[in-house]
Amino acid sequence: MSTFPISIPRPVHPTGVWGWITTIDHKRIGILYGITAFIMFISGGIEATLMRIQLAGPELDIVSAAVYNQLFTMHGTTMIFLAIMPLSAAFFNFVIPLQIGARDVAFPRLNAFSYWTFLGGALMLKLSWIGGATDAGWFGYAPLTSVAQNPGTGIDFWIISLQVLGVASLAASFNFIVTIINMRAPGMTMMRLPLFTWMSFITAILLVLAFPVITVALIELTFDRYFMFNFFNVANGGSVVLWQHLFWVFGHPEVYILILPAMGIVSEVLPVFAKKPLFGYKTVVLAGAIIAFMGWMVWSHHMFTVGLGAVANAVFTVTTMLIAVPTGIKVFNWIGTIWGGSIRFTTPMLYSLGFIAMFLLGGISGVMHAVSAHDAQQQDTYFVPAHIHYVLFGGAIMAILSGIFYWFPKYSGKMYSEKQGKISFWLIMLGQNVTFFPMHFVGLDGMPRRIYTYVEGMGWEFWNGVATGGVFILIIGFLLVIDNIGRNWRNGKPAPADPWDARTLEWSIASPPPEYNFEEIPVVRSLDDWWATKQGGAHKEIPASGGSGDEGHGIHLPQPSYWPMVTAIGLFIAAYGVVFNDLIVPWGIAAIGLVIGFVGVYAWSFEPVNDPEEDSTH
Amino acid sequence: MAQEHAAQIHGEHEDTTTGLNHRKMLMWAFLGSDCMFFGALIATYLVYQGKSLAGPMPVDVFDIPVTSVSTFVLLMSSMSMVLAYAALTKNNLKGFRIWMISTAIMGATFIGFQVYEFSSFAHHHVDINCSSPGELTDYEQHIFDEGCSNGEAHAESHEGLKPQTNLFGTTFYTLTGFHGAHVTLGIVWLLSLLLLSFKKGMITPEKNLDVDLAALYWHFVDVVWIVIFTVVYLFGVFPGF
Amino acid sequence: MSQDLSGDAHTGHPTAGQYFRIAVILCVITAVEVGIFYLEFLGHWMIPILFVLSTGKFALVAMYYMHLKFDHKLFTYMFVAGFVLAAFVIGFLLILFGVYT
Repeated sequence: MSTFPISIPRPVHPTGVWGWITTIDHKRIGILYGITAFIMFISGGIEATLMRIQLAGPELDIVSAAVYNQLFTMHGTTMIFLAIMPLSAAFFNFVIPLQIGARDVAFPRLNAFSYWTFLGGALMLKLSWIGGATDAGWFGYAPLTSVAQNPGTGIDFWIISLQVLGVASLAASFNFIVTIINMRAPGMTMMRLPLFTWMSFITAILLVLAFPVITVALIELTFDRYFMFNFFNVANGGSVVLWQHLFWVFGHPEVYILILPAMGIVSEVLPVFAKKPLFGYKTVVLAGAIIAFMGWMVWSHHMFTVGLGAVANAVFTVTTMLIAVPTGIKVFNWIGTIWGGSIRFTTPMLYSLGFIAMFLLGGISGVMHAVSAHDAQQQDTYFVPAHIHYVLFGGAIMAILSGIFYWFPKYSGKMYSEKQGKISFWLIMLGQNVTFFPMHFVGLDGMPRRIYTYVEGMGWEFWNGVATGGVFILIIGFLLVIDNIGRNWRNGKPAPADPWDARTLEWSIASPPPEYNFEEIPVVRSLDDWWATKQGGAHKEIPASGGSGDEGHGIHLPQPSYWPMVTAIGLFIAAYGVVFNDLIVPWGIAAIGLVIGFVGVYAWSFEPVNDPEEDSTH
Repeated sequence: MAQEHAAQIHGEHEDTTTGLNHRKMLMWAFLGSDCMFFGALIATYLVYQGKSLAGPMPVDVFDIPVTSVSTFVLLMSSMSMVLAYAALTKNNLKGFRIWMISTAIMGATFIGFQVYEFSSFAHHHVDINCSSPGELTDYEQHIFDEGCSNGEAHAESHEGLKPQTNLFGTTFYTLTGFHGAHVTLGIVWLLSLLLLSFKKGMITPEKNLDVDLAALYWHFVDVVWIVIFTVVYLFGVFPGF
Repeated sequence: MSQDLSGDAHTGHPTAGQYFRIAVILCVITAVEVGIFYLEFLGHWMIPILFVLSTGKFALVAMYYMHLKFDHKLFTYMFVAGFVLAAFVIGFLLILFGVYT
């Protein structure tokens, strides 16, 4: 049946490592995403720890100024593109098909391609530490990124790996948009979608619209660096402010790309552990959509001190303050959800409650920056890192930890240690406040961000020392999280299908779910259908998770494939070839990579989703 | 068995929540996303319009009649594309092939025009008669001022317009270059489908979606050119913009 | 929402003749655009006129050649979202860069 000239046998029920490499099962890809992103999160954490040690006291000399610049740039880029986004993607992959009652995503092989491409981009960025990483800050302002200022390959690695990661994110987002619109179980109308799926849907839409802008900005920067174009070359009339605009036109929607999935997770966890439906479901959905819409009208609040003029600053002040309204609506809805509920303070619930408190603090300092006059005092001081860490650590990471524990029984089939989980929560809660709250003080005290050291007598020593101490509390907290997950994944107590008495469809199937997810595609009659089913007294037998899926059920799952990974490898080689374009033959490596990528795409498009010959062997 | 399977995948009503095809939905989401890609490139072009410090400007190099012809060719290729699709749905494989070849040839012609245009811009040279310069553009005036000050008969410049020359060169070549790259990719796609149609059972009316997707991409590239032609070429030469 | 998404698609594609007529209209509009371009007395009025004409071309291709007129509304929303947002970003950037002042 193979119609492609080069006929390579298809992987048939591969096991072990090959099973993971050729997998197109959304649950396995989700786990791959999660583990990879968590490792990246740790690497970003190590970078942060080194910075905090360097700043623990005045005029320390732990790392050089040059290394420090690389540390903060890599820390920011890693945490945003290699940790939070793919950790969210891990949940998209694992949870969304289960929540909408589907057997897989719309394009399983594209999904595998997204993961392998992400892995390639991530490796490429992190390996750039060899030979000097990027050091222009995570938003890479021109002209710090110009060849004249920054001749090494660090910036090139940053540009090209972000492009590769962009391809991965775009492919994944197209996939999830189609999956959510088109793979819902019968009766699962849009207004019956679980909140996490809704927020992921909005995130995916934001992503496909925002990422092309950064793609263009990076292309322009690439051409400036490689071919002496003039985009950001002031000598020939170019404007460095254009980079800032293009970056933040992407960058502000990106902020919501990071936080909306987190809001979705919290909106799942709170109703379950408060035993109440989400307060104002429609309002929360609408608020998410409004945030996404308004997220396009606020980007210049990152540029208040550039000198855009009074009118522009006033307009962006107003839009930025307005966007706090839908966010505030969500916070009230969450509080309304737990109000009067019968609350169980489990680990995921604690993280979600922690999210609300911490995110609120970050939101408050966000509203402070929104006033352009006020922002002029805060721009480029430690007040800004304080804000971003309250929204991204206290916000996104707390919600992700909540999700990691909430869905742990589902993806691992085991139970974690509740006691250890609670201890780790309190350590992380304490640690983050000790680390990040003092940054407000030193920031308002005038300490600039991104300086590798400071002299004694500025009044910054004490709070910097405190902040560094907080990091070690965080480290202990995270070691406990890793131990809790790692140990119990192997040896934990087996988890029942529905340990939380939860509300959404993923809890109506075995833990871990069988390869085909749903033996019978569910028919959805209401919001929180699984809850309604249980309340209706309808007893449903949940079959235990069987071995390798499709035997005996007549369920045809898409089969594993090599080609997504081959295509991703081609892209990876091509990306390296662009950075080292003068090695051996000019652009030769890039050309080889492109050829491999093309072969992968062609073989992929000629490979049927299900090989009919294979079907008959079952 | 295989045939049934294919018909189920590509038929008019799909077994999906909305009854719409996955791949077609992905294509439209991609095209919406690609709008933002070209939007950012056009924004860069427009923001830098008239900000070039030296070198040829649009009014110096653009040749509207020539570009009008290439625009016409691209519009016609879109028509040819829909006719190929229409032929396929009527199971007229021969017609399909003829219109596909004509579409690809017109696409290649458009690229040919672009190559010609790029090379003529890059080699743009100015030769001004110092005694009777006639009506000069700003750029020509500059060459006149520099080259005719010492009583020479002619003032010349062979600098041309390269991407490095000025902001106009930088933004123009990048924007139209990426459009050209889209067209080139489209030609590869169309030729792949054309070759496939010679293998029995690969291109059939039931599988018209394969052609439909390529056609959507092709028309999209066409509408982007409609925008570029107006915004870059026509507005570019217009002095008041 | 899913109910109104599942409306019927493909109600009568245009015929080859109609495709041809649209091509003629597109060519005529392009010719008019190029013609207008040489009418110097129009001055600044040229910009809105050319804008409207090319928007018309864009709409014709999108509606008929890309079948948006006959396809599901969802596809139109997807495309228009990207298109409108791109136009919005371009316009806003031009204002911020003071092109209109």
